[in-house]
Amino acid sequence: MRFEQFLSQQASNRFSKTALVTSSLRLTYGDFEELSNRLANSLVANGVKRGDRVLVFMDNCWEAAISIFAILKTGAVFSPINASTKADKLAFIAENCEASAILTQAKLMPVVMGASETTSHEIGFIASARSVDGEVPEGAADFEACLKAENATIDHGGIDTDLAMLIYTSGSTGRPKGVMMTHRNIDAASESITTYLRNSADDVILNVLPMAFDYGLYQLLMSVRMGATLVLEKSFAFPQAIFDRINEERVTGFPLVPTMAAMILKMRGLEPGFLPSVRYLSNTAAALPAEHITRLRDLFPGADLYSMYGLTECKRCTYLPPEELDRRPHSVGIAIPNTEAFVVDDSGRQVPAGVTGELVIRGPHVMQGYWRNEAATEQMLRPGAHPWEKVLHTGDLFRKDDEGFLYFVGRKDDIIKTRGEKVAPKEVEAVLHAHPAVAEAVVIGVADPVLGQAIGALVVLSGQAVTERELIRHCATHLEDFMVPKIIEFRDSLPMTDTGKVSRRFASETMEMAK
Amino acid sequence: MSSSVKDAVKAFIRENYLFGDETVELADDASLIENDIIDSTGVLELVAFVEEHFGVVMDDAEIVPANLDSVDRIVAYVGSKTSQAIAV
Repeated sequence: MRFEQFLSQQASNRFSKTALVTSSLRLTYGDFEELSNRLANSLVANGVKRGDRVLVFMDNCWEAAISIFAILKTGAVFSPINASTKADKLAFIAENCEASAILTQAKLMPVVMGASETTSHEIGFIASARSVDGEVPEGAADFEACLKAENATIDHGGIDTDLAMLIYTSGSTGRPKGVMMTHRNIDAASESITTYLRNSADDVILNVLPMAFDYGLYQLLMSVRMGATLVLEKSFAFPQAIFDRINEERVTGFPLVPTMAAMILKMRGLEPGFLPSVRYLSNTAAALPAEHITRLRDLFPGADLYSMYGLTECKRCTYLPPEELDRRPHSVGIAIPNTEAFVVDDSGRQVPAGVTGELVIRGPHVMQGYWRNEAATEQMLRPGAHPWEKVLHTGDLFRKDDEGFLYFVGRKDDIIKTRGEKVAPKEVEAVLHAHPAVAEAVVIGVADPVLGQAIGALVVLSGQAVTERELIRHCATHLEDFMVPKIIEFRDSLPMTDTGKVSRRFASETMEMAK
Repeated sequence: MSSSVKDAVKAFIRENYLFGDETVELADDASLIENDIIDSTGVLELVAFVEEHFGVVMDDAEIVPANLDSVDRIVAYVGSKTSQAIAV
């Protein structure tokens, strides 16, 4: 089924039910359907057609939720872009997917304008939500005016094997890659996840995670699928304010990443049971330390805690049924419903329990590949046991216990996980190398109690003087916030392997020692 | 007193969240979150700064936008805490 049909069904069945709550607005399913229909018609009038790619460059606001469904209703493909993305990366993405439109908000228009200046690709239509003063920024159409187009469904002729979304992830070569997901992929992933979380229309799900991050995005998609209510917040910066929202809205589902858990556990005055409406907590992106699991369960005595693991390329791989948490707190569980997860050796053969190998995923949630990047696609999607399909090689090392439960061991490559987001060191190194004072740089993950890993860099200078602050500022003008190094150290040379290659492992060891 | 508090707060924000960039304008009443000056984990550093620099202890319930989400609000919060301390 095409995913926008879930919204239309909910609007038929639950017209007056609250679908979306933000700090500025509450929308029923009826409103959600109508506003997304109107925006879709405006997009079509401005040249968007079936199969086109449209960027949603916004923070977590109601306009972003409307935009995502409106784009699907035109038969086009949405691509959610992190709101801290800078102009050169936005330009790369717009050019890479040949975006035909960008939907954004006033505060981000300077970035959009900067991107349009650096690319020869012509973006046909730009619409922006107004500024806090109610002004429409120059160079953009008024998003609010777009919501006044006709309230009618569009007969775009699309089917569910059409592409629904492109999610750009940090690429190991330093350039982002667009993960291609069809409607059928999203349908399968959301069905599987809502099954094991036992979601229903009675759920009220909180989302503070950016919707450019698939974990955040799926809170919206799953909520619409179930006819539940989504409480959308921009960030977890002020946990106490979020807790107040949880109590006011009687939130039942509270998705976390380990950084949020660490922030909650840093608070001093929380009493067990302080958020009694929460039915479940979920965690993904990186494992929670066992001590954090214990303390979270003390604070949320009535809630189930789901440890999960996944990657954008298949959305989610595994979950640990909450009743297993006491027996195997370090496990990320079993394959999600209607999918399979194997641990294989280098030749692709399954290894026995206890042996470490690469995790391979099979199922209807596996991506179609990376947008126009066959080499990277072939690395990840490879022939498996069956002649009719390819399976997903995750690049993550795992082992299974005797009862088939999976344990994350490490990455095969150098990808850093910080604040729950993946960062390819090469992407950060490319930005450092672009600074005239930098001769050489190597980027690594440094253990951090809140971030999981912080981004660290060892830099050799070219002779020109530069301070750590200046280099960090340079990175902050070119990279999303979570990719900006927290620590930069200057060295006379970079640590090398015996064969003369720069060694991330040695770099990491010298940086840990320096800490 | 409040101008020195304000100077210290602004200097901290500029140094830590803008990496010393003097070109970015920092309005005293501008939301630090809405303007993407600080992110989730940045608030933890801000709380640590307020506690260490001004010698106040922030209760969980005080770590809210009303007390921390602009230079003016931080100055007002610090002012209210330090005047309480003097009154005691």
